[in-house]
Amino acid sequence: MKKLLLATAAMALMANAAISEVKVGMITTLSGGGAGLGIDVRDGFMLAIEQSGRNDIEVVIEDDQRKPDIAVQLADKMIQSEKVDVLTGIIWSNLAMAVVPATVAQGKFYLSPNAGPSALAGKGCHGNYFNVAWQNDNLHEGAGAYANTAGYKNSFILAPNYPAGKDALTGYKRFFEGELAGEIYTKLGQTDYAAEIAQIRASGADSVFFFLPGGMGISFLKQYADSGVDLPVVGPAFSFDQGILQAVGDAALGVVNTSQWNKDIDNATNAAFVESFQAKYGRLPSLYASQGFDTANLLISAVAKADVSDADAFRAALEAAEFDSTRGDFKFGSNHHPVQTIYAREVIKEGDVYTNKIIGTALENHADAYAGECKM
Amino acid sequence: MSSLLIAEQVLNGLQSGIMLFLMAAGLTLIFGVMGLINLAHGSLYMIGAFAAAAVAGATGSFLLALVAALIAAACAGAIVEMVVIRRLYHAPHLDQVLATFALILIFSEGTRWVFGSFPLFLDIPEALSGPVTLPGGIQYPLYRLALIGAGLAVAAGLWFLTARTRIGIQIRAGENDREMIAALGVDISKLYTLVFALGAGLAGLAGALVGAIQSVQVGMGEPVLILAFVVIVIGGIGSIKGAFIGALLVGLTDTLGGIFLPELFKLFMAPDAATQTGSALASMAIYILMSLVLIWRPSGLFGVRL
Repeated sequence: MKKLLLATAAMALMANAAISEVKVGMITTLSGGGAGLGIDVRDGFMLAIEQSGRNDIEVVIEDDQRKPDIAVQLADKMIQSEKVDVLTGIIWSNLAMAVVPATVAQGKFYLSPNAGPSALAGKGCHGNYFNVAWQNDNLHEGAGAYANTAGYKNSFILAPNYPAGKDALTGYKRFFEGELAGEIYTKLGQTDYAAEIAQIRASGADSVFFFLPGGMGISFLKQYADSGVDLPVVGPAFSFDQGILQAVGDAALGVVNTSQWNKDIDNATNAAFVESFQAKYGRLPSLYASQGFDTANLLISAVAKADVSDADAFRAALEAAEFDSTRGDFKFGSNHHPVQTIYAREVIKEGDVYTNKIIGTALENHADAYAGECKM
Repeated sequence: MSSLLIAEQVLNGLQSGIMLFLMAAGLTLIFGVMGLINLAHGSLYMIGAFAAAAVAGATGSFLLALVAALIAAACAGAIVEMVVIRRLYHAPHLDQVLATFALILIFSEGTRWVFGSFPLFLDIPEALSGPVTLPGGIQYPLYRLALIGAGLAVAAGLWFLTARTRIGIQIRAGENDREMIAALGVDISKLYTLVFALGAGLAGLAGALVGAIQSVQVGMGEPVLILAFVVIVIGGIGSIKGAFIGALLVGLTDTLGGIFLPELFKLFMAPDAATQTGSALASMAIYILMSLVLIWRPSGLFGVRL
C-alpha cells in the first residue's frame, strides 16, 4: 500500500513537472532591515510574470534574511530538491558571492536583479551568469562623471567599510577629475554621522559624495540637513530610492543622485510598468522594482525562444536580450553586464510624495571597467 | 586639525554617550535587580521610535510623540514582564537569552506586520532644528544640544529616584538581597514589573529621541543593544553610576577614535592605507577599551559583585 502511495506521489510530481517547463528559484531578502529592497524586486518580478500570462514558469520564493549562510542553504535546497533551472533574486553582493559561483558551476543559470560585485564581472565571470541591473561601480562612476559636469573641484567622499563601500569610492574616483578633500570609511550599519559631518565642515570641500545604502543614508541625510553644512551632495540612487525617500523627507530635496532607471524615462514599457505597479501594490516602484521587472522579462523572452534544457540555446537567447526594458533599449556587454546610460536625477516633491526627476545624463552607453578581464 | 573641530567632536561623543546611557540604564537596572539578561531591550527602543513616528505623523506634535514613545515602550515592557519574563527568573541565563531572543524576532516581525517594511519618517521639531553658534564659534545642531540636556535631566531624575525615594530604596534593596526584601513585606513581583517598565520606558524614550535624527526602521535597536551591553560591562553590572560613566566613555571613545585614529595613522602611512587601518581599528576601539577595563577591574568600574 505504502509503495503504491509513493508511486502515485511520484507520478503526480512528474505530471507537475511536465506542466511547468521552467522552474525559477528566487532567493531574496524579505525580512530584517533590508527587506524593502527584496520586496520591491520580488513584486516587480512577479508583476512581469503575471502580465506575461505564461503558466509554464513556476517561481519558488524564499527569504535569505540577508545572511550568506542561509542563502547558500536555500540555493542548495532549490537546486537539489526543487530542481530549479534558474536562480535569481539576491540583493547583497556578499550573498551573491556565496551563491552565484556554485550555482553556475552546477550548470544552472543565475540572473542577478541587483548585486553586481566586481569579482563576477571580471575574472570570475561565467557564461551562465547574467546581471540585469548594473555592475556595482556603475552608479558611482556616474556620480563622479556628474560631479565633473557640475564643476566640483574638491570632493569629500565617504562610504561604509565593506567591499561594496570600497567599490563605491573606487568607482567615484575613477571618473572624478577634481581633488579629494577627505576620504572616510564609516562603520557598516553606523547610525550617527555627527563626527563625519564635523569633518566635512572643517575640510574645505566644495561637494560631498556618499554611498550609504538604506537606513544609513536616511540617518546621514537627516543629520546633514540639520547641521548647517550646505555643500551640494551627490550619491548613487541607493540612498534615494522610492522606499526610503519618504523617511528622509525634506532633507533630501534637491539632492542629485545617479541611476540607470527612473519612473520618467520616456518609453511605453516604462509608463505601463509604473502605472501597473502602482495599481497593483499601491506605491510607486523603486529602481529595485524596475530591475526585478526587467529580470523577469528577460527570462520570459528567453523561455519563449529556447528550451532551458538546451543550455547553449538558452544562453544565446538570454544574450540577445530581446525584451522591452523599462530602460528603453537594453543590451549586454561581453561579460553579461548591461551597457547602459546612467542618468542624473534630482529629488523633488510631487504633491505629498517625494520622488526623483531626471535632470540629465551622467554617462552615455556605459560599460563596466572589468569587462576586459572577463574571458568567457 | 583645529581645536574647534576637536571641541565639536567632544560634544558629539558626549551626545552619543548620553543617549547610550538611556539604553544602558534600563538594561543595567533590569540585570541588577532581577538578574535577567534582556536581549529584547533593543526591541523596546524600536517600539519607542515607531510609536513616536506614528503619533508625530498623526498629530504633528513632537512632545506628544515623546510621551507616546515612553508609554508604549513602558506598557510593552510591563506586558512582556508579566507574560514571559516572570517565568524566567529562576531559569538559567541560557533560557533567558533564548526567550528574549525569541521576543526580538516576534517584535521585529510584528512591527513589520503593522507598519510595513519601509522606514518611517520622524523629524525633529521645528523649534529645535538647525544649528546654533556656541561660544568660541562652534556651529552645533540645536537638537543635539537638546539631546544632551534631556539625557542629563533623565540621569538626574534616575539618581533622585534611586537615591532619595522609597521605591529607590526598594530597588537597591532588591539588587542586594531579593529574598530579604520579600520577607520584609515588599511586593517583589510588582516591584519587578515596575523596574522592567521603567527600563523599557527609558529605552523607548531613547528610541524616539534618536529616531528623529536617524532612520526609524525594523531592527534599529540591535546595534544599540550591543553597545549598551558594552557600556554596562564597563560600568559594572547593576550600577546606574557605572552605566553613566561607561556610556560617556564608550560614546567618547567611539566618536573620537573614528576621527583621530585615521589621522594618527596618516602620520606614518599612505593616506589610503591609513584611512583603512584607522577605520578598522576605530571599530574595535570600544572593545579594546572594554578589555582594558576588565583587566584592570574584572567586575567593571563600579561593579560590586562578580
